[in-house]
Amino acid sequence: MSVLNMNVFNALKESVGADFIGELIDAFLDDAASQLDSLQAALRNNEAASFVRAAHGLKSNAATFGAEDLFALARQFEAAGREKNLEVGDQLERLIAAFESVREKISQLKTSNG
Amino acid sequence: MDNPNFKPARLLVVDDNKVNRLALSRSLQLQGHFVETAADGKEGLEKFSAGNFDLMLLDIEMPRMNGFEVLEACINDVNLKQIPIIMTSAMEELDAVVKCVELGAEDYLTKPVNPILLRARVNASLEKKRLRDEQRRLFKMFTSEEVAEELSRVGFSLGGQTVVASVLVADIRSFTTLAESQDPSEIISLLNRYFSMMFESITQNGGIVNQILGDGLLAMFGAPIFFEDHREKAVQAALQMLRQLDVFNAQQQAENKTPLQIGIGIASGKMVAGYTGTQERAIYTCIGDTVNLASRIEEYTKEIRRPLLFDENTRRGLPDKFSVEDLGRVIFKGKSQAINIFAAK
Repeated sequence: MSVLNMNVFNALKESVGADFIGELIDAFLDDAASQLDSLQAALRNNEAASFVRAAHGLKSNAATFGAEDLFALARQFEAAGREKNLEVGDQLERLIAAFESVREKISQLKTSNG
Repeated sequence: MDNPNFKPARLLVVDDNKVNRLALSRSLQLQGHFVETAADGKEGLEKFSAGNFDLMLLDIEMPRMNGFEVLEACINDVNLKQIPIIMTSAMEELDAVVKCVELGAEDYLTKPVNPILLRARVNASLEKKRLRDEQRRLFKMFTSEEVAEELSRVGFSLGGQTVVASVLVADIRSFTTLAESQDPSEIISLLNRYFSMMFESITQNGGIVNQILGDGLLAMFGAPIFFEDHREKAVQAALQMLRQLDVFNAQQQAENKTPLQIGIGIASGKMVAGYTGTQERAIYTCIGDTVNLASRIEEYTKEIRRPLLFDENTRRGLPDKFSVEDLGRVIFKGKSQAINIFAAK
């Protein structure tokens, strides 16, 4: 498990083109920010459906970029949400921390990419 | 694009996840395709219906209309069901994917999509579509649209079955003499014009042309797809052929060219019909007494100088609106019993 699996990331970069990866990273970071907001709002209001939707989207994007830690946590969230179990405890902090690590790492890659 | 057979296609990517949409469409564009996107199932179906696409990549979990619903709508739409759909899903959704493939999806890809698999699956699906389109196009040249649809639905297998149908045999009178007196290229052009006219009359009435031999043709009505009024449709086609020929002859005469005279014989009843040949090259054909009889009746048209004759069984299938003339009983060569022959105008 790692913050960012570079094999996956590089394959993605090759697949969409080095000139496009920056735009894709922006879309990922924007979406992730609103997905994290949605998760928190869904927890506050106990809305399983929107909780699942946000976790599913976050999980999918984490998989696309090879963000393995984030993917594993988001997948747990989605599965729990589907069971209508929104008792995530301190896992939310772990998820946010995992995302922050990905953001840091991926922002560096974006800058170094030019 | 290192593949020399590569042809760019029009693709639709339907996914509610923006990152997936961007990554997939960008990757496909880099592979040389034209890509449009839709952000939910409903928008996807609307674009797909309107857009003349060659293939759709379809996500399963989406708002407004999910992938199942879109897939089902496409499979049940005659205009869309021929276009391949590749499902894109998360690993955890494999059960759903199986359901989609059973419903009629062409293939599937799991997300995140591997670009090499993406290229392979998309190109394989497009190639299969091209082959199917080409088969349908070729098949339609020789048969009606209904038969082409039926065949592409149930597939084909060699071997015959007994069917009840009508057989129409048509021939150009004294064509050999005509052929000898004219330039060969003129003759071929004349034949092509003649056949396209005759095909039209036959297929418009639900028949299929099974064989063309020189200047003759054999058509079937009511097989491989049975329809109740095959006898009426066969006679109607024959009358339409004769009317078409009148127009054609008027043009021929206006251009100082020889008019064509034809004879048409029709017989109805049981026959063995099916695909004969090999797996690579087969024709739908029919054999049996009814087929022989149609051919004998056609020969008899020359003898009594009538353009259209048919047997009693065919006559029994005609409603009152046809003006039918009873020409009495005739004994044909090779037949033990006399056959009652009829003419129609």
